[in-house]
Amino acid sequence: MSATPVLALRGISKRFGAVQALTDVELEIHPGEVVALVGDNGAGKSTLVKAIAGVGPADEGTVEWDGEPVRIERPHDAQELGIATVYQDLALCDNLDVVGNLFLGNEIKSRTVLNEVEMERRARELLSTLSIRIPSVRVPVASLSGGQRQTVAIARSLLGEPRVVILDEPTAALGVEQTAQVLDLVERLRERELGVLLISHNMADVRAVSDRVAVLRLGRNNGTFTVSETTQEEIVSAITGASDNVVTRRNARTADNARTTEVHK
Amino acid sequence: MTTGTPTDGTPADDTPADDTPVNVSKAPSEAGGSGRPGSGAAEKGAAENGTAAPDASVATVDPRLLVRQKGFAGYLEDLLRRLRTGELGSVPVIVGLLVIGAVFQLQDSAFLSSNNLSDLFVQSAGTGLIAVGIVFVLILGEIDLSVGSVSGMSAAVLAVLNINHGMNEVLAVLLALLTGMAAGAIHGFFFARIGVPAFVVTLAGLLGWNGLMLQILGPSGTINLDDDGLVAHLTNYYFADKAAAMGLATVCVLAFLGFSLLDQRRRKAADVPSRPLSEILLRTVVLAVPAYVAAAVFNSYKGLPLAVVIFLGVVVIGDFVLRRTSYGRQVFAVGGSSEAAGRAGINVPMVRITVYAIAGTMAAVGGLFFASQINAANQSSGAGSLLMNCIAAAVIGGTSLFGGRGKTWSALLGALVIQSINSGMALLGTGSALRDMITGAVLLAAVVIDSVSRRTQKTAGRA
Ligand SMILES: Nc1ncnc2c1ncn2[C@@H]1O[C@H](COP(=O)(O)OP(=O)(O)OP(=O)(O)O)[C@@H](O)[C@H]1O
Ligand SMILES: [Mg+2]
Repeated sequence: MSATPVLALRGISKRFGAVQALTDVELEIHPGEVVALVGDNGAGKSTLVKAIAGVGPADEGTVEWDGEPVRIERPHDAQELGIATVYQDLALCDNLDVVGNLFLGNEIKSRTVLNEVEMERRARELLSTLSIRIPSVRVPVASLSGGQRQTVAIARSLLGEPRVVILDEPTAALGVEQTAQVLDLVERLRERELGVLLISHNMADVRAVSDRVAVLRLGRNNGTFTVSETTQEEIVSAITGASDNVVTRRNARTADNARTTEVHK
Repeated sequence: MTTGTPTDGTPADDTPADDTPVNVSKAPSEAGGSGRPGSGAAEKGAAENGTAAPDASVATVDPRLLVRQKGFAGYLEDLLRRLRTGELGSVPVIVGLLVIGAVFQLQDSAFLSSNNLSDLFVQSAGTGLIAVGIVFVLILGEIDLSVGSVSGMSAAVLAVLNINHGMNEVLAVLLALLTGMAAGAIHGFFFARIGVPAFVVTLAGLLGWNGLMLQILGPSGTINLDDDGLVAHLTNYYFADKAAAMGLATVCVLAFLGFSLLDQRRRKAADVPSRPLSEILLRTVVLAVPAYVAAAVFNSYKGLPLAVVIFLGVVVIGDFVLRRTSYGRQVFAVGGSSEAAGRAGINVPMVRITVYAIAGTMAAVGGLFFASQINAANQSSGAGSLLMNCIAAAVIGGTSLFGGRGKTWSALLGALVIQSINSGMALLGTGSALRDMITGAVLLAAVVIDSVSRRTQKTAGRA
């Protein structure tokens, strides 16, 4: 793992009217590292993702890319940097077919004309590596099942040459086989030295593939843990906030000294 | 279904050339009732795939899918199934045209005469050209109420510059088109950047541009155009040489056949499903029949009308832009989900502004055609039922009011329907009251078909 994080968030804050969705959030993702972002419903995970992806830029704070501060104000900026995002609300165009969605904003052209044949060929190739069964890559995505749509959204994020892939609950709608495929995929991304930010409520999945777990609670950092050195209970108590109570904090301290120290609050 | 399908109409996923049957789409349960002719083949295909290619997961045939039979029978069956599931495409409007033709012909045998048909085509060009712009706007899921006023204003700009100020006519035409484009871009700006609903912006345009036109025309109110000028020729010039019409028909048919075959070869080379040869030939014939009939009709009157050539050219270019360029893909994407389009990095406001600019430009082009028909620009240019006719043409032709679906060919078909009704009613001498009622009823029928087919497509899992 290299020393400079490919993506680092410093002091990100975001407000929606009366809701302070994010407060001073810090996060680092290194190349070849899978970071899981966990937290209860409404903790601010998707808001943070949208801030990184340029869909809903943060009010305050800086984003560093390879150690240099960058501005991400539009989705286009994030794509230019090499950030690919799978959103929780999938963001597909229902009226376009699978190929159209996969290559949207990134079409293959021969001179100025769309090269449908090549796009279709690559789409079939890509989808087959994700073990997805789709009746035809030419059906509108509106007619696909929830899990099929999700796989299309995941496949979409892999098309460019991203350096950081953000997956917001990618396995929420997937079956057993497809979930395993996505987890395999995450590991393959790590092998290719990409940074991965994985959001999931499934602790087993999180522990299976991630190197570090960052916990968000009520829009703030609530600890970063190294997976191999942390028990599931510790992560869960950080998510639920039970770690704020003196007894659990004390127990955790004595039980495992190797635990990461970064607990704010 | 326009979406990303390369050659419109059917999903491109047809039976490939080798022996592996490829599924076409999800089976609506009732369509599977008729004995499921393909299911035996499906299992065979699955077995083959199981032992063969490693990329079998896409090609693996899910036994629940309806599998299309090879060749022509499969094509017909697939067509019928798609009609049943609400994917009506151009079928209702073509049936409508035939019914209208038959009804008027029974009333007055002059209706299907080549004079009348030729005039009908020429007169439909103005409405149809404006409707091409409306198709773009409808695909975006929006509406443009200003096209009538913009068309009148552009005609006025042309007349004033060319006649009153003696400007070179080509330059005046260009400036008139630019005026339309600018008006459209202004609507687009207020809609996309300021966030005013398009309905209201273009309603303001409807009033405002009409006022500006009256201002430009000045006190006289009518400016006659040069009888022998460029604009006069738009609807009055005919290529008298019989070879012109036949040649154009032949070029169109051969180009269609050539591109279809080329596409088929590319698809085979890339190992993606392609259309069977029988289907390509059938499609070519379906295109060739009306093309040559129309050519014969034109030739037995004054020859191939310039207006028809321009109109067809615009429809073909528009179709190319929508289905074969990234820009067209972006228009569909914004119409399908502007949120998803934005997240995909598409500049949504830019797409919206340019689409309105296209609508404004097409309105100006149509305005010149209308001016050409009366050889003048006057205070009633672009007024009356023009706006409604243009929107109706796009919708009657099969472009969805719900956004995200449509093609420029609907402008052609819809404009022909509208003009057929006009022309038939004029022949019968029934006056505008009945005509408007009938046009209204046809529009309602088209919208009903659009809504119902959308619902059926939803339940059939295709929309
Ligand atoms: N567009 C918005 N306008 C107003 N408030 C918002 C908006 N988006 C999110 N919020 C608020 O911000 C907070 C964080 O929401 P967010 O979607 O980031 O949660 P999350 O951690 O992704 O939750 P989940 O696990 O349920 O997906 C919530 O309180 C939510 O109500
Ligand atoms: Mg979320």
